[in-house]
Amino acid sequence: MEERNENIATDICIVGAGPVGLFAVFEAGLLKMRCHVIDALPQVGGQLSEIYPHKPIYDIPGYPQILGQELVDRLMEQVDPFRPGFTLGERVETINRNDDDSLTVITSEHTTVKCKVLVIAGGLGCFEPRKPAIDGLSEFEGKGVAYMVRNPESLRGRNVVLAGGGDSALDWAIFLADIAAKVTLVHRGDTFRGSPDSAGKVFELAKAGRIDLRLHANVTALHGDGHLQELSIHTHQLPLIRIAADHFIPLFGLTPKLGPIADWGLNISQSAISVNVADYSTNADRIYAIGDINTYPGKLKLILCGFHEAALAMQSAFKHVYPDEKLSFKYTTVYGINAF
Amino acid sequence: MASTHSDLITIYIIKSDGSQAPLDVPVNMNLSLMEVLRSDGYPIPGTCGGIALCATCAVDILSGNEKLSPAGDQELDMLDLLPQSTEATRLGCQIKLRPEMDGMVIRIDSES
Ligand SMILES: Cc1cc2nc3c(=O)[nH]c(=O)nc-3n(C[C@H](O)[C@H](O)[C@H](O)COP(=O)(O)OP(=O)(O)OC[C@H]3O[C@@H](n4cnc5c(N)ncnc54)[C@H](O)[C@@H]3O)c2cc1C
Ligand code: FES
Repeated sequence: MEERNENIATDICIVGAGPVGLFAVFEAGLLKMRCHVIDALPQVGGQLSEIYPHKPIYDIPGYPQILGQELVDRLMEQVDPFRPGFTLGERVETINRNDDDSLTVITSEHTTVKCKVLVIAGGLGCFEPRKPAIDGLSEFEGKGVAYMVRNPESLRGRNVVLAGGGDSALDWAIFLADIAAKVTLVHRGDTFRGSPDSAGKVFELAKAGRIDLRLHANVTALHGDGHLQELSIHTHQLPLIRIAADHFIPLFGLTPKLGPIADWGLNISQSAISVNVADYSTNADRIYAIGDINTYPGKLKLILCGFHEAALAMQSAFKHVYPDEKLSFKYTTVYGINAF
Repeated sequence: MASTHSDLITIYIIKSDGSQAPLDVPVNMNLSLMEVLRSDGYPIPGTCGGIALCATCAVDILSGNEKLSPAGDQELDMLDLLPQSTEATRLGCQIKLRPEMDGMVIRIDSES
């Protein structure tokens, strides 16, 4: 599904592949408008797949109960006839206005999407890694410090230090034990409450000398000249020690931050974009904001409300995509779904 | 509010800038610490609505810890995701306000 085209042209670019962004693809498709969806996360579904895939939701009309991930899967099935493009794992950084009033969206990986209409369905913002407060951490970002393992092969034969006590710290410690020259896992506590299987495996590997397990410990400082070389670890019992490290990967999960959306010249109020309730348009021509990212008097951050906003915004967007055509409203029961 | 004087307790909140403020909170409404802090305008997102899934409601309990019920598994899982958490860190949404918590002192960090 993932696509990595450098330059994409489409009718509507949607920032955010949460439930509301996905449903906007469907509403746009009914009006013969093509969509390209971008999300910073590697998977679609927004908060549902990232925070509560296994929780039941009870207030989706027609579903007395549906799991977060199940709703995402159903939405993907529903938009499939309209063949949306997806760029996942890339953050939208910049929006430029072109001479013909169209817009160009640029991502963190330099993918560009030229579109007639931009729909911001950015939810609570980009999910970003939680960063520990360690002096010099940001200085070494990209120079030994990373917050996720993008390409495990790049760690082959290297000296890797992981920090964290959750499932991903355990899983990566186990995985990298076979690849890296040395793996150290630094954990604040002395127990792991993640999957008991993974925890058992980590203790086993530590006993066998294949993982250097540092419990009751914290990384307190990073050292190096240009690239990470060493880090300081503080433990309860021992004095501060320094160990060699080529890579330091703190794994403390993700949390949403508004991010670049704040810099796009839109009216922002309390971390949300103010919109016109007639069509959920923003103060900028051809830019709409729907779902959790928008605000207006009486706003409720509910999936149901985001779906309604998507429908109205797409009806309004039609005039920018087909300026010479008149929009006549039709029920899906009348003409069905005309796939692209 | 229908609560009488005895239904209120006072908790003390130390903000990230070090300043301390008292907050009177009702104990007869089954509210959580996260809910009362949010409704008083403290910068606590409470993204997951209080089901121990987001860890955006973490606070440090500086005094009064012994009066709280111990953290459950789901709460401990989330606390593991907070790089700065200590023995004193709890999820505000998992702390239901009760009369014996009168006088509790908590610290709110800028962001979690
Ligand atoms: C635990 C929990 C339980 C909930 N229960 C319910 C419930 O029962 N009923 C209900 O209706 N609602 C519920 N909600 C709320 C519901 O999940 C949200 O209203 C819904 O997810 C909003 O959808 P959205 O598409 O607007 O945004 P999101 O789901 O937040 O998706 C937004 C997406 O945009 C992406 N993004 C943001 N900025 C950028 C950028 N610059 N570049 C690239 N991508 C970007 C993010 O990565 C994210 O994936 C719950 C929420 C939580 C956390
Ligand atoms: S509000 Fe989400 S963990 Fe407390």
